[in-house]
Amino acid sequence: MAHAEHAAHRAAILSEVNPAVLPRAVLVQNDRSFSWITDKICGIIEGKTPAWWWYCFCVAVFVASFTVAGITYLVATGVGVWGHANPVNWAWDIVNFVFWIGIGHAGTLISAILCLLRQKWRTSINRAAEAMTIFAVVCAAIFPVFHVGRIWYAWYLFPIPNSNIIWQNFRSPLEWDVFAVSTYGTVSVLFWYIGLLPDLAILRDRFYAAGNKFRSFLYGLFAMGWRGSNRHWSNYEMAYMILAGISTPLVLSVHTIVSFDFAVSLLPGWHTTIFPPYFVAGAIFSGFGMVLTLMLPLRAVYHLEDLITQYHIDCMCKITLATGTIVGYAYAMEFFIAWYGANPYEGFAFINRAFGHYAWAYWIMISCNVITPQFFWFKAVRNNTAMVWILSIFVNVGMWFERFVIIVTSLARDFLPSSWGYYSPSIVEIFTFFGTFGVFSTLFLLFIRFLPIMPMAELKAVTPQADVHGGDHH
Amino acid sequence: MAAQPYGLIATFDKTPDVFHAAEQVRDAGYRNWDVITPFPVHGLDRAMGLKRSLVPRISLIGGLTGFTTGMTMIWWTGGYDYKLVVGGKPFFSPMFAFPVSYELTILFTAFATIIGMFVVNGLPMHYHPVLKYDHIRRGMDDQFFIVIEARDPRFNAANTRALLEKAGGKNITEIEA
Repeated sequence: MAHAEHAAHRAAILSEVNPAVLPRAVLVQNDRSFSWITDKICGIIEGKTPAWWWYCFCVAVFVASFTVAGITYLVATGVGVWGHANPVNWAWDIVNFVFWIGIGHAGTLISAILCLLRQKWRTSINRAAEAMTIFAVVCAAIFPVFHVGRIWYAWYLFPIPNSNIIWQNFRSPLEWDVFAVSTYGTVSVLFWYIGLLPDLAILRDRFYAAGNKFRSFLYGLFAMGWRGSNRHWSNYEMAYMILAGISTPLVLSVHTIVSFDFAVSLLPGWHTTIFPPYFVAGAIFSGFGMVLTLMLPLRAVYHLEDLITQYHIDCMCKITLATGTIVGYAYAMEFFIAWYGANPYEGFAFINRAFGHYAWAYWIMISCNVITPQFFWFKAVRNNTAMVWILSIFVNVGMWFERFVIIVTSLARDFLPSSWGYYSPSIVEIFTFFGTFGVFSTLFLLFIRFLPIMPMAELKAVTPQADVHGGDHH
Repeated sequence: MAAQPYGLIATFDKTPDVFHAAEQVRDAGYRNWDVITPFPVHGLDRAMGLKRSLVPRISLIGGLTGFTTGMTMIWWTGGYDYKLVVGGKPFFSPMFAFPVSYELTILFTAFATIIGMFVVNGLPMHYHPVLKYDHIRRGMDDQFFIVIEARDPRFNAANTRALLEKAGGKNITEIEA
């Protein structure tokens, strides 16, 4: 009775107020059916390898060979072939490492944080973004591993008993980084694989029906006998949510620990408490730049406009804008604290960044990271896919320069003027870094050729016909 | 031995149909039955009367193991087995041991969660009678199935078939074991 009264009261208020109905963003356009989604995504894998894929693949492998050449020369000669010299003993290696790790973070943000926040638009981009994460971690790992010089001792990074009997120094942030990055890589692969599981089962069955027993066997092997049972889904969903729940603190901790590599030292320009949040924001900013760089061509070439809608692009642009603005705020705050802290060395470090020998790098960083994202305030810009893509490239460039500015300018002008220097990369470093784009592209091209680029099960779950309450709103 | 069927399978085309059918099968008191869906259907766990998943408990064990492993390893290596003076800092402190222990918590939780999910689900199981059904492929594409197993105490070929028909199931077929 009270309930009926309440309902009547509510109806009366609603009719009086007459609230506007906010339209829900449509996540799969043109009212596509479940089987359309399956055919669309599987069709990419089942179809003939397109000619453009071969061209891109050949170029990517060629570019990747530069990394192979660079590190082969380094291993054969010694770490001196890089341009590091006192006082800049850390340069492109750690710049490139942080750059690639940061790119990976958007993948985890999309798959974990947006999952916990129930942002359903993540479904069409999360698979590719997670793949991007894994490949970015692979590229990142190359640099610290080869920086040890004698690569065959790289296992000294891990607490494995060795003939010198001593153990790792767990008081060092570099050792924390070993654990952070290896955990990050492992958990990213596990999370990605769990997401792939139901989709591998679809491919197993489709290849079986098409008579391709070999590929059916391969996909089936990794599908673990998945059969769409709801008793399985129940545990699967729980496991997926827990993985999202632990990946969220993971992604935040990884870049926090990466920033500790610098912040825990005493060098002016590095020894600041703002580093952890500033690095995390920068990582997500750069990662979304890379997601846009990758997804927009993919959307165009495979005609995925119904799955990656304008709404998705809008969301990605807005996150880029938000994180880019946080990064801009952090730049300003660093300057403020350098002045307010009244430490002459700190003050000098920042003046030197903006007006010293590396001012060119600083202003590239400012224009790419602070000015570029501000264009995303405008709907006209967000609606212009070509423009968004170009801006995303600027974000990538800017974030590389951010790491360069932080690392190299601080080291090149440290405490004693007598030990100051100017660092330039050697050709070996340039080769190695240039080649990582090839390594990344090669892996990404293989991914889009052999694995479903979007999670089919998750996409189906966000369509209107997936709603159990007669959700056919048409 | 006479071929005892694995059970009966019924096809449903729409999400609400299978959802309401599942409620009817649950209310009829069946225990050994399942719904095959191409995606996790929101609310279907309750419609099937499933209990909360056991996976989180396994995850918790994994996480606690990870944290303990991290702390113990750092204490044992640097504070007990080979004490090394670095910058006059203590040999062990939970402060500097925290980042690594934190990462190991996450690493072990991830492995426990995934292994737990597979174990609780009884996977990998590359052979299952349900996978022998001709149209099962559609259950991962765009259709829904309800499977009631013959080993269920309430299973009775005629009555179970009638229940599935009443619930709106189509193409009700026996699956061989």
